[in-house]
Amino acid sequence: MNSAIVRNLLVRGMLAGLAAGLLALVVAYFLGEPRVDSAIGYEEAHSHAHEHGVEAVSRTMQSTGGLATGVLVYGVAFGGIAALAYCFALGRIGRFGPRASALLLSVAGLLAVYVVPFLKYPANPPSVGDPDTIGKRTTLYFLMMVLSVLLAVATVILGKRLAPRLGNWNATIAAGAFFVLTIGLAYAFLPAVNEVPKDFSGTLLWQFRLAALAIQLTLWTAFGLVFGFLAERVLAPKPAAAGGQEVTAGATPVAR
Amino acid sequence: MAQSVAQPTATPTAVPAKLPIGTIAPWAVFFGILMLVLLYFVGAEQGATAVVSGENVHEWVHDARHLLGFPCH
Repeated sequence: MNSAIVRNLLVRGMLAGLAAGLLALVVAYFLGEPRVDSAIGYEEAHSHAHEHGVEAVSRTMQSTGGLATGVLVYGVAFGGIAALAYCFALGRIGRFGPRASALLLSVAGLLAVYVVPFLKYPANPPSVGDPDTIGKRTTLYFLMMVLSVLLAVATVILGKRLAPRLGNWNATIAAGAFFVLTIGLAYAFLPAVNEVPKDFSGTLLWQFRLAALAIQLTLWTAFGLVFGFLAERVLAPKPAAAGGQEVTAGATPVAR
Repeated sequence: MAQSVAQPTATPTAVPAKLPIGTIAPWAVFFGILMLVLLYFVGAEQGATAVVSGENVHEWVHDARHLLGFPCH
């Protein structure tokens, strides 16, 4: 029975992730792609030793099919992971119903998975970033992501432990302070990466990063809303409206 | 009667029942790893490390990788 609930939530999480990915794809195509193209224009104007042989994948395919593959797989994967996290969080994070829990989880996901790593290692358009440091940058980015997620989980557990002693309000503040402090330490001790070429347009960089942020905001908000709706139906198979109608019909048969 | 009158303000939102950790764990391990493999292919394959040789995976998800915030070449 419970196993079936986990399975149903997982499937719906992946579907909600796919739906959210579609919305994020629209944002990525209309807000993100123009900036990627501008950055590639800069790259081509300034390429020194950049070998331009036969392109393995054309720009048209990269900006349509390739972009769609990446964003949708990302949406489904995080949808699945978020649904599993939701199974753990359900009924354990306080007095929140299925929909509120889903929205809280997706806000936490947005912060922990994206915004916190982004503030230290922001998204970069093509031509920003030295190809020789890709190994270091990839390691640091994933390290920051893992650290942020683990600290977010620790923060929630800490908040739950403190709640009986401090009350919900103060426990939340204390746990939040723990998160900000530990993330601050990570920011301070992890090496900085600043590889923006000297004459790269500041405006373009800003617009690209805003677009990257907008994609994630769309993805996680849509996921929270869609998954919350679906999860509530899994967890309460009898819709509240139908129950209400039965009661109303019993009391005043004429009403309907 | 007195008892039922004593708690009229307690109309909380229905808090869903906890799912046992033991029931979630096998799903979380198997599908968690599967999802992470998917993320690896979107986010890092043929960048810092490569399971499949060549450039095609990297080139195909190139734009998504930049726009999703992953480091890319």
